Amino acid sequence: MTLDGWIQIALFCAVVLALVKPLGLYMTRVFTGVPTPLSPVLGPVERGLYRLAGIDADHEQSWLGYGLAMLAFHALGFVLLYAVLRLQAVLPLNPMDQAAVAPDLAFNTAASFVTNTNWQNYGGESTLSYLSQILGLTHQNFLSAATGIALAVALIRGFARASARTVGSFWVDLTRCTLYLLLPLCAALTLFYVAQGMPQTLAPSVAATTLEGAQQTIAVGPVASQVAIKMLGTNGGGFFNANAAHPFENPTALANVVQMVTIFALGAGLTNVFGRMVGDERQGWAILAAMMLLFVAGTAVTYWAEAAGSPVLNGLGLTGGNLEGKEVRFGIPASALFAVVTTAASCGAVNAMHDSFTALGGLVPMLNMQLGEIIVGGVGAGLYGMLVFVVVAIFVAGLVGGRTPGYLGKKIEAREGKMAMLAVLCLPLMMLGLTALATVLPAAPAAPANAGPHGFSEILYAFTSAAANNGSAFGGLTGNTLFYNVTLALGMLVGRFFVILPALAIAGSLAAKKRVPASAGTFPTDGGLFVGLLVGVILIVGGLTFFPSLALGPVVEHLAGAAGQTFATGG
Amino acid sequence: MSRKTPSLFSAALVGPALAGSVRKLDPRAMIRNPVMFVVEVVAALTTVLFLRDLAAGGSDLAFSGQIILWLWFTLLFANFAEALAEGRGKAQAESLRRTRTEMTAKRLTGQDGRYETVPGTSLRVGDRVLVEAGDLIPSDGEVVAGVASVNEAAITGESAPVIRESGGDRSAVTGGTQVLSDAITVRITAEPGSTFVDRMIALVEGAARSKTPNEIALNILLAGLTIVFVFAVASIPSFARYAGGTIPVIVLVALFVTLIPTTIGALLSAIGIAGMDRLVRFNVLALSGRAVEAAGDVDTLLLDKTGTITLGNRQATAFRPVRGVSERDLADAAQLASLADETPEGRSIVVLAKEAYGIRARDMAARNATFVPFTAQSRMSGVDLDGSAIRKGAVEAVIAAVSTRPLAHRGSNAALAYAPEAESEAVAEIRAIAEEIAKGGGTPLAVARDHALLGVVHLKDIVKGGIRERFAELRRMGIRTVMITGDNPMTAAAIAAEAGVDDFLAQATPEDKLALIRREQAEGKLVAMCGDGTNDAPALAQADVGVAMNTGTVAAREAGNMVDLDSDPTKLIEIVGIGKQLLMTRGALTTFSIANDVAKYFAVLPAMFLGLYPQLQALNVMGLASPQSAILSAIIFNALVIVALIPLALRGVAYRPVGAAALLRRNLLVYGLGGVLVPFLGIKAIDLAVSALHLA
Repeated sequence: MTLDGWIQIALFCAVVLALVKPLGLYMTRVFTGVPTPLSPVLGPVERGLYRLAGIDADHEQSWLGYGLAMLAFHALGFVLLYAVLRLQAVLPLNPMDQAAVAPDLAFNTAASFVTNTNWQNYGGESTLSYLSQILGLTHQNFLSAATGIALAVALIRGFARASARTVGSFWVDLTRCTLYLLLPLCAALTLFYVAQGMPQTLAPSVAATTLEGAQQTIAVGPVASQVAIKMLGTNGGGFFNANAAHPFENPTALANVVQMVTIFALGAGLTNVFGRMVGDERQGWAILAAMMLLFVAGTAVTYWAEAAGSPVLNGLGLTGGNLEGKEVRFGIPASALFAVVTTAASCGAVNAMHDSFTALGGLVPMLNMQLGEIIVGGVGAGLYGMLVFVVVAIFVAGLVGGRTPGYLGKKIEAREGKMAMLAVLCLPLMMLGLTALATVLPAAPAAPANAGPHGFSEILYAFTSAAANNGSAFGGLTGNTLFYNVTLALGMLVGRFFVILPALAIAGSLAAKKRVPASAGTFPTDGGLFVGLLVGVILIVGGLTFFPSLALGPVVEHLAGAAGQTFATGG
Repeated sequence: MSRKTPSLFSAALVGPALAGSVRKLDPRAMIRNPVMFVVEVVAALTTVLFLRDLAAGGSDLAFSGQIILWLWFTLLFANFAEALAEGRGKAQAESLRRTRTEMTAKRLTGQDGRYETVPGTSLRVGDRVLVEAGDLIPSDGEVVAGVASVNEAAITGESAPVIRESGGDRSAVTGGTQVLSDAITVRITAEPGSTFVDRMIALVEGAARSKTPNEIALNILLAGLTIVFVFAVASIPSFARYAGGTIPVIVLVALFVTLIPTTIGALLSAIGIAGMDRLVRFNVLALSGRAVEAAGDVDTLLLDKTGTITLGNRQATAFRPVRGVSERDLADAAQLASLADETPEGRSIVVLAKEAYGIRARDMAARNATFVPFTAQSRMSGVDLDGSAIRKGAVEAVIAAVSTRPLAHRGSNAALAYAPEAESEAVAEIRAIAEEIAKGGGTPLAVARDHALLGVVHLKDIVKGGIRERFAELRRMGIRTVMITGDNPMTAAAIAAEAGVDDFLAQATPEDKLALIRREQAEGKLVAMCGDGTNDAPALAQADVGVAMNTGTVAAREAGNMVDLDSDPTKLIEIVGIGKQLLMTRGALTTFSIANDVAKYFAVLPAMFLGLYPQLQALNVMGLASPQSAILSAIIFNALVIVALIPLALRGVAYRPVGAAALLRRNLLVYGLGGVLVPFLGIKAIDLAVSALHLA
């Protein structure tokens, strides 16, 4: 580890923290309907859209109405995306004449983008037409991100409102989020990325002749615009198969930092929106503090593990950091940081191959996702996931203050507890259940490239990434098989919607409750004590479940490596 | 008075509790407790497997046998905790039950006083019975005629008799109490089997217990965690197969049972029963567990001024003469007027006169004294002696009396003839003094001799010693106190300031009280109050915690959700503390139980996976002797910790009235951090014992 590396990490944290307040203020205005500087321009567009769709912007929905609207919207989006992928061969904007996507892969891909996962069982430049990239993927990149944010805002309203029957309008939240937040920011970021050297073109791939005289096809396309939303919306689906390790997708060190910052920006800013909307910014900071605590700890472990290098090689006297699978342009600190950021948030973009990380370096990204990506997390998803854990934490320990559990003046009772546990349950069910299935089913085990614990880690990572809606991969797994296409899609859909619906139900029941003014008898939720409790509950309730699986994967790999033992590649 | 509490593990309690723990293995009873039910199912299944292996001659039978044995012990310990908690209640119920034996009743058959003797159990609501000196009152009822002194020791433990009379706020009588003098006619208000004592027995025995909202919520959390660990453990065999090995079922079972929150699952109902029990020993009867929980959550306490905040009676604190009269003269006259006055106020005047001026009791008979008692019309009392009339009473009443006519017609002192100008000056002065006293929260009592106003006695509400500190404590706990009083706002404000309450409701009518409660509840706050009169009933019913005084009316007792057998309104504060203690105990053990999992993982996982990957020995941070002893030690710890925590569950976590933040810090440190660390030590110690005894 070097001082230089730590400065990079500290600088990243400082920039993210500096953005929290301004973004929080802006987003709060967007979602509470207060005019913003962009309103004179976008206001008419917004109203036009509502008129076009026949939406009454003043009509708010109950949590159920909100949830059903969201589900219907995504069902339609899913069908549309599936259709575009299947029909891309006959649709326009296909200069490379890509063939139709196979049914199971199209199903997997549609699920992947609708759920904000962006798991890619395909190579973008070799499988998809530009229309699929733009209409299918980029479009879902916006909408799945906007949906996540809208749902977080709905849950925030649940905490902020009292004796209310509605949690907002899904249509209005979705429109305002896309129009006022995602589009303007992406426009600016796209221009910035183009300035950094990213391609943005609809022209076909470029054919080049190398110095040896060989013919080379260099893929280009509308890269910059997709990268902007892929990071900002924590989608993570790369234009190129190599994702952010590809020089066209991550051309400079500055672009690398900006990409990482934009992964965290909206998620971190939402904690401030939360604080502002519940009337006490400190509440938002407390939640962000818990997130950052876990983040810094994870980054430290990964950076340390990567800088220390592979124990096997160290044992052979080949000391030095682990650079396998890393872009030398970024080096160990920026790669380790990127890996932790992308898995802490539900992004899944990668600038280094997580599969090549050391065992412990790869454990942290996996654990980040297993905790439910609540460390800043996916846009919106991180906050509502975190608030679910807040409910659980208050539920577990709130009683020790001598009162029945309550948070921000809202009593946390059986209904909220039930919903929070449902949301917490679905992740281990998908991650562990599907991994268990994949490890014993005769149809599946051929897929991982490595034997022993690392092969196990590859399978576990895939299902973890899918259910957590992350989308990053331990590259070794051959994911494009019928089994993995279907099971991973299942993991993604359950991991997304079976967390969203309980969270919305919590929003609905909290909004209906009275708000008890805080007193000296109230559980203080804006201090270090609460942050510590929250982190403890996240690790014990969220993390311990995965201890056996991590022990059999990365932990044993590390211990074996330290003893100089390797596992033969099977098949 | 509190009841004698048998010590926690006395033989009289442990014996029946042991029998109870076996009886409670009945799955139909067990299913009420999801966590322990799961343990029972798992224990039963592994027992069947064990028996099969035993017949077939499997390997490692000694180890499996011990694990299974400890699974059953885990269940028995859980049942023992509950049975013990119930047993303590039963001991108390026993003394109550004795009062119910073989009672007969004199049921009135007409208006002429004739009665027939019938068994107490045949009485129905509306029957009228005659109860004479020495008789036991056969059932709950209301006195409709007569006055009697009643010994209620059977239910209150207090042997001093109380007065029960028809009409008013002291008309309720309880079945099983004894009339000591006189005779009363009682209208029966409870059906057989549902009397106060019956309900009390059912409650303290835990028979009538239904889960409280918080218990239901907690059970959901525990069930959820159990399911999470089902996933965690059920996926292990496949993982192991991928790694090229198998894990014995018994080891998976051991991991699963140690991970699920058995500690809190085992003790949850015992904590609830013990909470009710603590109230009962405090002579407060909660009619539901819900009420005890609500007590812990109370945000606003409505406290009656008299008896709770101030001593029941006002006391004389100063003599304030008008100009031209010495303090001693005033004291002398006031003392004379009060000598025969048996009210506490009157006595306090005599005491003050003696303490301040050394004026002693005099032989009144020799001075030809005639006492004039207080009447509602005259609003004065006093004495006629030696030809002069001395009166004390409400300021305006005394002024009116001296202004209109001479106080005594046979006055011998002609010099003190009616002098309007002089009087009006004194009247103004008296009024000024009176107003000043009232502003300070006191009550002025004017004193006059014949035509002359002498001055004012300052009667003061005496705020109970230490009550100010109690309110400060409550404030630190985030509880707002509101004083309810019939006084005028000026007096109320002064007393409120002196006592340190947060707010007051002056000239309060029952409707005002009800409105105040509704207003607080509309803000989402929980309100506690106590009351005894029939007119308190609506407010008692509306309040989240309504403590009815046992001396109160039947209506009040029906409306409240707690009854204070000692009729001491100050207890409301302790009731809140007991409620908080109950909630804290639950929270502390839940936190402890969940925090335990860290150590249990470190004990069982390396042992479990050692056959697959010997490298995982590095995770055996406790250095446990062997895989089998590690697993056995974890499951033994898991069972023994239940027993070890029974005293805590039954006695409750120590509660001090500090703010929520301080409570949280302390409890999270002790039970959270402690919960992480203790099992590391415990499992290691058990492992040492297990390997020393060659058990595994």
